[in-house]
This record gives sequence, structure tokens and C-alpha cells, in this order.
Amino acid sequence: MKAAPFAYSRAADVEEACALLAADDSARVIAGGQTLVPMMAMRLMRPTRLVDIARIASLSYVREDDDGVAIGACTRQCTVERDPLVAKRVPLLKRAVPFIGHATTRARGTVGGSLAHADPAAELPLIAVTLDATMSYRAGQAEGELAARDFFTGLMTNGLPDGACLTSGRFPVWQGERIGTGFHEVNARRSDFAFVTAAAQVALDGDGKCHRIAIGLGAATDTPLRLEAAEQALTGGTLDDAKVRDAVRAALADVEMLSDLHASADYRRRAAATLARRAIADARAQSLGNAHAH
Amino acid sequence: MRIELTVNGKKHALEVEERTTLLDCLRDHLGLKGTHAGCEHGVCGACTVLCDGAAVRSCLMFAPQAEGFAVTTIEGVTPGPGELSPIQDAFCETHGMQCGYCTPAMILTAHALLADNPEPTREEIVEAISGNICRCTGYAQIVEAIALAAERMRGANRAVER
Repeated sequence: MKAAPFAYSRAADVEEACALLAADDSARVIAGGQTLVPMMAMRLMRPTRLVDIARIASLSYVREDDDGVAIGACTRQCTVERDPLVAKRVPLLKRAVPFIGHATTRARGTVGGSLAHADPAAELPLIAVTLDATMSYRAGQAEGELAARDFFTGLMTNGLPDGACLTSGRFPVWQGERIGTGFHEVNARRSDFAFVTAAAQVALDGDGKCHRIAIGLGAATDTPLRLEAAEQALTGGTLDDAKVRDAVRAALADVEMLSDLHASADYRRRAAATLARRAIADARAQSLGNAHAH
Repeated sequence: MRIELTVNGKKHALEVEERTTLLDCLRDHLGLKGTHAGCEHGVCGACTVLCDGAAVRSCLMFAPQAEGFAVTTIEGVTPGPGELSPIQDAFCETHGMQCGYCTPAMILTAHALLADNPEPTREEIVEAISGNICRCTGYAQIVEAIALAAERMRGANRAVER
């Protein structure tokens, strides 16, 4: 299992990376390579040139601004896993990162790489969609932004313009202390590709009612899916089990689920409903716990 | 292309094809056959090495990407010729192997774990080696080996309590 031949360039900065990408339609960006290298080994991809951006120091950071945490595209997943700012300000991301591959792949894999790869079963795209993250990119001299819902355009497909280099993902911070999160996935073996993934973030008000909720599903459809109908139905209520079950079930009713050898559409629908309920229940419980702690 | 790799503390100037994985480079160019080739696409963990102390899969890195890292292979963890590291010792004593194919990777993964977390719980040990497939042992003695090594390595730096 060996990759086809290619040329290799280590870009000194984003500008050089963009110039290299612009000069060759079949060039690909490599950062951690934890998805790209196996795909090349299996010859599912045969880029003519790899543009290595992993050493561009300005693309590796975790930074807080007014109401979000921006993470540089080349920030490694293991860094995010241990970052105190992420833990404090984007708790759902903190909760999901340990589910990405294994510690050995998180040691090399980057945030930007996983986002750009846009695998519907991957954790980072799901969190990006659930929290309405914004992706920034550079294409030649131009800089641009894409909201998560416009960034993930299909199975393993992103909305970046040709020759663009993803530079960061920015995750909005929910203000307030009564925030809880939940994250569940089902797979054949620990850390394998998920059959279904569910993420939820909840903010409760002083009466324990749902002030704000975001619910996302991964590996259910071609791109990570927000259960907006359920979010609307549950906002303002108490998130008791029966209501959550009904809201999730209704939101999933018309969704055409993915189906493959490992998990049929019917299985995915059932598992999605259960995992979403568990994620919401965990988020609610954590939010109530946080309220008591303060 | 011409690259320079630092492996087990030694610098090597090498001429490799760009597509050469770090795994193949270690085995075929440097003769370090202790790094085992398993699935060659990042699933089995048999090719695990340390890059700046972190356990990574050498089949998921092209050799040019490894420039500038301090790479450690199983050949680099022994204190001296004919000696074994405490982790290697523990694997021998608890019989944490059968065919031995996954063993170098298990030991290096354990090195990375214990450097970071000297007192891992059983769950943390299991989590750490969850990316390394062993088809013989059923893992029980491997977990035991890592726990034993952890205990000894903690003891080594402390005064004996009486």
C-alpha cells in the first residue's frame, strides 16, 4: 500500500501555499495528513503535489475574541484537547475532541484538516455545524469566510473556492454559566468511524427552562445536520424526557438518512433519536449541575 | 529529495522519494526493522514511533514531513546495549506479548503515556493503547505490563517509604 508519486513543497507562509495551489490544479494541502495519507496509500487520491502547511506558525493558535474562540487551521487536535480556553469557553468542542481517532492520530491531526476533509462522520465538522462556526480562508490575495452551513456542501466536499487554503475555524462562545453539553456516538470499535453521532449544547434560565439549545447529528446525512425543528420546539420548555423524545422524533421524520453496509437508514434513524436524547439529557444535567455549583 | 532526519539522537542525511513513508524510510533506508509494517494505512498501530515524544503512526507520515522532529524507534528506548527499558522489562515479566508483532508499538505507546501520565488508571492505559491492535494476547497482559512499569518507574524516583 504505497502512495503514487508526487512533488512535495513546504510552504513558508499562507501566501506561498496559495501560490503553489494556484499553480497546480491537482495540488493538495497537507497538514497532519491523518486522513489524506491513508487515502493516498489506498490511491483514492493522487495529488500531483503536496503543499505542506504544518510548519506555518501563524496557523497554529487558540485565541479568544469578543464572542468566540478562533482556532488556527494547523492547530493539532491534541492541543485543542488540552487547551484550557477551549475547555472553558467551547465545552462542546472539548467534549468531542477525545472521540476523534486515537491519541496517536490526534497528535498529528489538525483542526483545519478535519474540517476541510468534511467527512460527515467526523466530530469537528459536526461541532462546527452545531455551534454555527465560521471558517476563514485565503485564496490568492483574497481572504474570505464561510458559515459552517455553507462550508460543508456534500459528502467529503467543502465550499472553499479552488486553490483556497483554510486558515481558521471560529467557534461562537455561549455566554452565561448555566451551559451544559452532551456528546454521544455509536461505532463498531472505539474511535472507529461513527455510524451516528449526536451533539447538544444547552443553556438553562433561572427556572431551569431551556433558554437556548443546539442539536446536531453526524453521519446521518451527507453533511452534519442541525435538528432545527427540535431546537425550536424545545426552547422555552423544561427538556423533560417525553418532550425531548417527541421533538427529536418529529425532527427526524422527514430526514433521508445515509445507508451503507454497516448501518441501514432505519438503524441510523433509531440510533440518532436515542443518541440525540442522551446528548440533550447529559447537557441538561450538566447545566443544572453547573447552576448548583455557582 | 534530500532530507535530514534525527532518529534515536543521530542525524541522517538521506535521499528519498517524496512518497516514502517515515515507516519505510526507517526500515528500508536506516535498517531499523523494529518499527513494524502492518496495515500501512493507519488502522493497526504496529508502526508507532515517537515524534518529539508523542506517539504517532509512521505509516501516516511521509518522510519529508518528519524533518526537524526527534524520532524515537524501539531501538532507541534501551538505556544501553544488552539492556532493556523498565517498560520492556515489564512486558517480558508479565508476558505482555505472544507473536511480538505489535510489541514495539505497544512499548512506544506506553512510553508516551507514562511520560505524560506517570500514574495512569486501567482505563487510561486501555484508552492509550486502543489504537494498537494485538491479535494474540487479548490485551490483558499488555495492560498489566504497562501498569507494572508505571509502578516501578514511579518508585524509581522516590525514597523508599518504611
